[in-house]
Amino acid sequence: MKLMVNGEAREIAAATLAELLAALDYEGDWLATAVNSDLVHKANRAEFRLSDGDRIEILSPMQGG
Amino acid sequence: MFDLLGTTLASRLLLGTAQYPSPAILADAVKASGTSIVTVSLRREMAGGRAGEKFWSLMRSLGTRVLPNTAGCHSVKEAVTTANMAREVFGTSWIKLEVIGKHDTLQPDVFCLVDAARILSEDGFSVFPYTTDDLVVAERLLEAGCKVLMPWCAPIGSALGPVNIPALRSMRAHFPGVPLIVDAGLGRPSHAATVMELGFDAVLLNTAVAKAADPVGMARAFGKTVEAGREAFCSGMLEPREVAMPSTPTIGRAAFS
Repeated sequence: MKLMVNGEAREIAAATLAELLAALDYEGDWLATAVNSDLVHKANRAEFRLSDGDRIEILSPMQGG
Repeated sequence: MFDLLGTTLASRLLLGTAQYPSPAILADAVKASGTSIVTVSLRREMAGGRAGEKFWSLMRSLGTRVLPNTAGCHSVKEAVTTANMAREVFGTSWIKLEVIGKHDTLQPDVFCLVDAARILSEDGFSVFPYTTDDLVVAERLLEAGCKVLMPWCAPIGSALGPVNIPALRSMRAHFPGVPLIVDAGLGRPSHAATVMELGFDAVLLNTAVAKAADPVGMARAFGKTVEAGREAFCSGMLEPREVAMPSTPTIGRAAFS
């Protein structure tokens, strides 16, 4: 399946958002996820099914002003 | 002590966490400033990366509150989604709302700002909008549900200090009961003292401390002047006058001629 992950085109076999995170070695309580510009809560990642062409953002805390 | 949206804070200085020479200097600067609130952000995490975790654990060890921002957002949708993601990660409904309208001046797109502020306020956020000193925009933000306003005093990172003092004074006079925090443009402690003497409730700054030759010393200096400016405002300052007036009593003065 073709996905855009943090702005990068990827070809990944992952049915759900949780599977995608595991496949890409993302783990931790401090991550926030959005699919196609909408927040997907941590609790909903396991059941959130991905579709071809989905744009996924995976963000974490950073310094800010 | 400073009551902000029902939270009692020890300091009226809010400090940004970006651009410090190292995490250790950032931590020392936060401590030296005495701040009760630091601003933080969200950025793309590298696959397998733990940069976010390290930073977040450092912030939690400092024991301050965090105010996440939506820095870099240029649309209502981007800002609203970023705010929702920040609420999930940082566990706070406080959000410093930035919707940037111009790449070069980094001035806020105040029309989108008001729209985003309304959406987020209705969704339970406490919105801290980064805005200009425009009074009509300020009124719209309050109508949209904001309980605090954060006007710039000069462009972000410019270190110019308050470039339009009459506008800031007018804003203070128009919104006597609203917490007003000067956000952006402060360059040196005397700038912070000036806006605090005008009656602003707090200041938020980052670059002026982070990019100083000694960020820790500068953080301490800002902490002191913010406190001094507030105390001066509360103590009633003299209005300037153009004629001299002796400070030593003239009654009982000796006459030698």
